[in-house]
Amino acid sequence: MADPLLKVSGLEVHFPIRSPFLRQRVGTVRAVDGVDLEVGRGETLALVGESGCGKTTTGKAILRLIDPTGGSIRFGGEEIAQHGASRLAPFRRRMQIVFQDPYASLNPRMTVGGILAAPYEIHRIGTPADRPARVAELLRTVGLPSEAARRYPHEFSGGQRQRIGIARALALEPELIIGDEPVSALDVSIQAQVINLMKRLQAERGLAYIMISHNLAVVSHVADRVAVMYLGRVVETAPRETLFFDARHPYTQALLSAVPEPVPGRRRARQVLQGDVPSPAKPPKGCHFHPRCPIAQPRCAEEVPLPRVVAPGHAVACHLAAP
Amino acid sequence: MSAAASLPDETGAAAAEAPLLSVRDLTLHIPVPPHVLRAVDGVSFDLRRGETLGLVGESGSGKTLTALMLMRLLEPPLAALPRGEVRLDGADLMTLDEKRMSALRGRTISMVFQEPMTSLNPVMTVGRQIAEPLVRHLGLSSREAAARAEEMLRLVHIPDPARVARAYPHLLSGGMRQRAMIAIALACRPAVLVADEPTTALDVTVQAQILELLAELQREMGSAILLITHDLAVIAETAHRVAVMYAGRIVEEAPVAALFAAPRHPYTRGLLASIPKIERVPAPTLPEIPGMVPGAGDRPRGCAFMPRCARAVSGCAAEPPPLAETDRGHRVACWNPAHG
Repeated sequence: MADPLLKVSGLEVHFPIRSPFLRQRVGTVRAVDGVDLEVGRGETLALVGESGCGKTTTGKAILRLIDPTGGSIRFGGEEIAQHGASRLAPFRRRMQIVFQDPYASLNPRMTVGGILAAPYEIHRIGTPADRPARVAELLRTVGLPSEAARRYPHEFSGGQRQRIGIARALALEPELIIGDEPVSALDVSIQAQVINLMKRLQAERGLAYIMISHNLAVVSHVADRVAVMYLGRVVETAPRETLFFDARHPYTQALLSAVPEPVPGRRRARQVLQGDVPSPAKPPKGCHFHPRCPIAQPRCAEEVPLPRVVAPGHAVACHLAAP
Repeated sequence: MSAAASLPDETGAAAAEAPLLSVRDLTLHIPVPPHVLRAVDGVSFDLRRGETLGLVGESGSGKTLTALMLMRLLEPPLAALPRGEVRLDGADLMTLDEKRMSALRGRTISMVFQEPMTSLNPVMTVGRQIAEPLVRHLGLSSREAAARAEEMLRLVHIPDPARVARAYPHLLSGGMRQRAMIAIALACRPAVLVADEPTTALDVTVQAQILELLAELQREMGSAILLITHDLAVIAETAHRVAVMYAGRIVEEAPVAALFAAPRHPYTRGLLASIPKIERVPAPTLPEIPGMVPGAGDRPRGCAFMPRCARAVSGCAAEPPPLAETDRGHRVACWNPAHG
């Protein structure tokens, strides 16, 4: 991609495991273990995978809410992986996050107006006098009445709270929003409302999104490109349609085949994976997926497969995937 | 193996048989002065031997409370409030004393909960938790029960069952815990299994394993399953019949194929349309149901869906529509239902 908004290379987030007694380091959790990603302006990259695959940690490391232990994060052409707090400040305005749980991510003791004015106060934007107008404009943008500013988060439903979370993320007019399972906690009829809202805002404002989600059907409605993670690594990256209809990595194929279809009697041939995802503290040698892989060869237990480009924009980290 | 192949013929022997579990007018009105929360409002359905009935609805629709009522698991002060009739094998569960109810619970009717971590006992080994109902209900000796517990763990495809039987729940993964809970629930081969969101907390590949397992055990034991979920895709794959709940009532009930092919209630239609599906060319926007579910304290006097309904007519505000049969086995509670 020429001049991507965000380019992440070899990103690592390793957490030490310390013994409870002498605080010695006794091991390492490789939550994110060499991740490469690119996001273009105005595009949506979906980051998918199951619990513990490192997708949320990757998102938080990109936002520098967690410090990466290695690798590079270039945002708008500037390397920010090692920036300290003061040099990060301007980037904090340009990248925002929407959290999964709309009940836990809004301060229950602040009014919605206070929550939405906070970003302007922190970044010293405008004057206290013009804040109510800015807040009203944000509420209008996400489809809430301006009276909502005087009320508290508990007075709203889950879907409305997620709209407030989105309004807060929009306040500083960011270029990139990371949505960490933004619709997972919502009922399906409300989920559709929030997905449509996020797509409309993207079209109006040219926002780039990283959508972190375990829900592949939701992802198929919002993503331009998809990266699939397994145990800290990206195993496959492809444009949306290619990923859903021509996946090459055996893990991606198994993941897709497990998605239940809302059509009785028309289920895909299912490939049920055996066993559980191994612990990221003790990942298998070689390809992380090999102990559960239906086509693994001896080589897979020894050598880490590197991402191989099989078509423009389509990379697969598998020794055996068809080219 | 495909789910379709495992579905019994809806018009076959199962349908002709008398229902195993019969629920009539189940109601839970909770007085919270000055309001009355109509959490569950006259729910009726039948469950036949070997059949899976999906009970589907969004948060607050009353589906979990319905399950807790028929298991008689509501805690005081709510325990005194349920009204209606729940017939299982001739007995009315609503009027049984607690002693007779506990003799049935875990033996004739048992339940699998959503969150396996909070519903397993953290200080008791997995093996003892499976053995407990076997000793209590079937009078097995503790040694026999321990052997059967291991057998159950093998049946739910837990590798190394002897080791897992001696383990405590926190050592197991989410999928393994859910398997262990299914092993406990099915230990006494109950006639009815109530499964409340049994796969919601699990990853999709593990969900596929658990749904496969439930279908397999059902074929083997012939249990009837009441599957409670918010996920219509799970229903499409596992259930024979579906009842859709909205605001404390069943609004539509039909064989699974009929409900998905020709939904008649505007809420069911909206719900089905709003599920994202994996398609080559997705629609630019997902169909939405406008507005939100009314709270249990401020439901409209007539049809609770009316404020969000595009098909609403003048009569809808006056009185809630009764659940009436439109085609064989297809019931709809709507004053202006859509045509298939």
